[in-house]
Amino acid sequence: MAKKEAIEVEGSVKESLPNAMFRVELANGHRVLAHASGKVRMHFIRILPGDQVLVELSPYDLSRGRITYRFK
Amino acid sequence: MPIVLKSEQEIAIMRRAGQINATVLNILAEHVRPGVVEMELDQIVRKEFASRGVQPTFLNYRGYPATVCVSINDEIVHGIPGERVIREGDVVSLDLGCTYKGFVGDAALTVAAGEPSPEVRRLIDVTKEALRRGIAQSRAGKRVGEIGAAIQEYVESEGFSVVREYVGHGIGRQMHEDPPIPNYGPADKGPILRKGMVIAIEPMVNMGDWRTKCDPDKWTVRTLDGSLSAHFEHTVAITDGEPEVLTLS
Repeated sequence: MAKKEAIEVEGSVKESLPNAMFRVELANGHRVLAHASGKVRMHFIRILPGDQVLVELSPYDLSRGRITYRFK
Repeated sequence: MPIVLKSEQEIAIMRRAGQINATVLNILAEHVRPGVVEMELDQIVRKEFASRGVQPTFLNYRGYPATVCVSINDEIVHGIPGERVIREGDVVSLDLGCTYKGFVGDAALTVAAGEPSPEVRRLIDVTKEALRRGIAQSRAGKRVGEIGAAIQEYVESEGFSVVREYVGHGIGRQMHEDPPIPNYGPADKGPILRKGMVIAIEPMVNMGDWRTKCDPDKWTVRTLDGSLSAHFEHTVAITDGEPEVLTLS
C-alpha cells in the first residue's frame, strides 16, 4: 500500500502574517497558510509579499504548508 | 521514526512473508478476467491467507475495509473492492499485504483483463520495467533518491508520468516505516541505503498527467485527468551485494 507524502509546489507570497506565517497563492490558484521553515529562519532569510517561494504541502491538510526555499 | 535495520533472522521471516504474499498475489492475478466481481478477489485473499497462517495487513489498517486494493483504469491505488464487475480491457491493479510472525510483506502488480490495447500493454510493461530499474538502484551506499531518479527518467522517456503524491516506504514490523521512497526526484536526496534496510518500492505510472485526486470514500486515489494508471510493487531487502526481492513466490 502506498504512503502519502508531502508535495512541493511553487507559489507567490500574498501577505505576511505574524510569527513567520504567510498567505501564499500557489500556481494552481489555491491559497494556503504557510510558515517559514526552521532552516529558512535560522539563516535569517527574509520573506516578503511578492516573493516566489517553494512550499511543502502536508498530505493531511492541503491548506497548510511549509516554506522551504525562496527563489532569486 | 528512525529507520529500523533488520537482522538476518528477521529478514528470513520477511522473506517467508514476501513469498506467501507473492504466491497469493499471483493466484489473484490469475482470477482477473472479464466478468469477475471485485469482492470475489477479497474473498479469495481471506481464504488463501487463512490457509497459510498469515494476517491480511490491509484489513482495518487506518480503517481500510478490505484485505486487498483493487484499482481499475483511472484508479491509481487504494481502490476498495466492491460490487463492480471487471470488464474486457480493464487495467486492474492489485495491491496486497500480509503479516507473518509480526512482519509485513507488501507487493502489487497490474494486469489487463482480457486483451489489452497496445498502449495499455505498453503502460503496464513500462511500469513493471520501472520497478526493475528502481530495484537495480537499491544497493547499499546509494541514496534513496537514486531509486526515484532512475524510475522517473525511464518513465518520462517513455512519455508517461510518475505519481508524486504517493511514495514507496520502509517496511518491517509495520507496513509504513521510514524512509519515504519517492518515485521521482533528484538523485542526491534522501538517506543512504544500508545493509539491513527493507523497503517497498512502488512506482505508480499515469498515461497522462501525474496529478491525483482522492474520492469521497477517502481512500480511492485516481488520476486528475482521468488517464489510465499502472502500479507495481516489491518488498526489497538491501544487502552487501545485489538487492534481494523478498516478494517472490
